[in-house]
Amino acid sequence: MKLRFFLPAAAVAVLCASLWYGLNAIRGGQYDPQLIESPLIGRAAPDFIAENLLEPAQQVARSQFLGKPFVLNVWGTWCVGCREEHGALLAIAKETDVPIVGISWKDDRQLARDWLAQLGNPYHVVGVDPEGKIAINWGVYGAPESFLVGADGRVLHKRIGPMTLDIWHQDFVPLLKKTGSSPQ
Amino acid sequence: MTVIRPLATLMLGILLAVAAHAVDTEVPLADPVQQERYETLIHELRCLQCRSQSLADSEVDLAGELRSEVRRLVAEGKSEAQVKAFLTARYGDYILFRPPLNERTWLLWLAPALLLLGGLLIAWRVVRHRTGLVSGDPEEFDAGDREP
Repeated sequence: MKLRFFLPAAAVAVLCASLWYGLNAIRGGQYDPQLIESPLIGRAAPDFIAENLLEPAQQVARSQFLGKPFVLNVWGTWCVGCREEHGALLAIAKETDVPIVGISWKDDRQLARDWLAQLGNPYHVVGVDPEGKIAINWGVYGAPESFLVGADGRVLHKRIGPMTLDIWHQDFVPLLKKTGSSPQ
Repeated sequence: MTVIRPLATLMLGILLAVAAHAVDTEVPLADPVQQERYETLIHELRCLQCRSQSLADSEVDLAGELRSEVRRLVAEGKSEAQVKAFLTARYGDYILFRPPLNERTWLLWLAPALLLLGGLLIAWRVVRHRTGLVSGDPEEFDAGDREP
C-alpha cells in the first residue's frame, strides 16, 4: 500500500488546516494570542483603598461599592489606548447608571486632573495608584483595562485594550442583565 | 588570520558586557537564603509586557514593580510556592515559565515523550524492514514495496 506516502501527506494537511484555522481566528478577532486570560473572572473582586484624585482628602475604596455593580477602568495620561477609549467611556457613562471607577495608574496627579478637565470626566470617582500596587492586585499588565464587577462582588468580565460602545453593549450589558442588575 | 583574533575578542567582550549588565539594581536581601530564593523566582517568572523575558531580565516598569513585590513577599518569609501562588492568582499560569501539569497543559508536557515514542516506532519499523532485506528473500521486497 501507499500508506507510507499517505500518512505524511495527511499529517501535513492536518498541520496546514490547523494553521489556516488559527490564523483565520486571529484575523477574525475571535482569538488574540496577545491576550492573557484573567484568573480573576468569577472570583471576588480584589480589595483596594486609594486616594481620591479630585478630592485628595477623601478615599476611594472597594467597600464603597458593595452590593452594586461597577466598572473599574485602569488608565493613565501616558497611555495612547486610554485617549482612544475616552470618548466611549463618556458615552457609556451617559447611558448607564453603573458607576465607572477610574484607577489612575502610575501617573502624575496634576496631568490626570488636567486630562479630565480637558476631555471630560466619565468617572464616578477616580483613585490614584502611583506605585501600581492596586494594578498588581487586579492582575493588570497594560492600560487600558476595564473590569466589570457584579452586584455579588465577583469579577464578571475583563476587557483588555480600549473600550468601545459596541464592546460595552456586546460584552458588558448582557452580563449585567444576567446578574439581575439592569444597566439602565 | 590576523583580523580574526581581535574580532573574536571584541565579540566576546560585547557578549560579556551584555551578560554583566544587571537590570535589578536593588541591594541584596540580608538573608542569603532569601536572596537566593528571590533570584530563583525572578528568573522563573515572566515579564507580562515583554513575554519572552523573565522579571530578572526586563527593564519594563511593570517588571520592576513585580520584582519589588516578589522581594517583599520573600522578605516576609514566604516560600517559593507561596510567591508563585500569589502571582498566579492575579496573572494566571502564564506568568510562570514552567506551567503546571494540568488538563490544559498535559499535551504540552507529554509532547516530547510522544514524539520520541513515535520516532522510535518509525525507526524500529525501518530497521526491521532493512534487516529483512539483507537476510530475507527478495520476493517480499518486490511484492511489498515496489510501486505498481
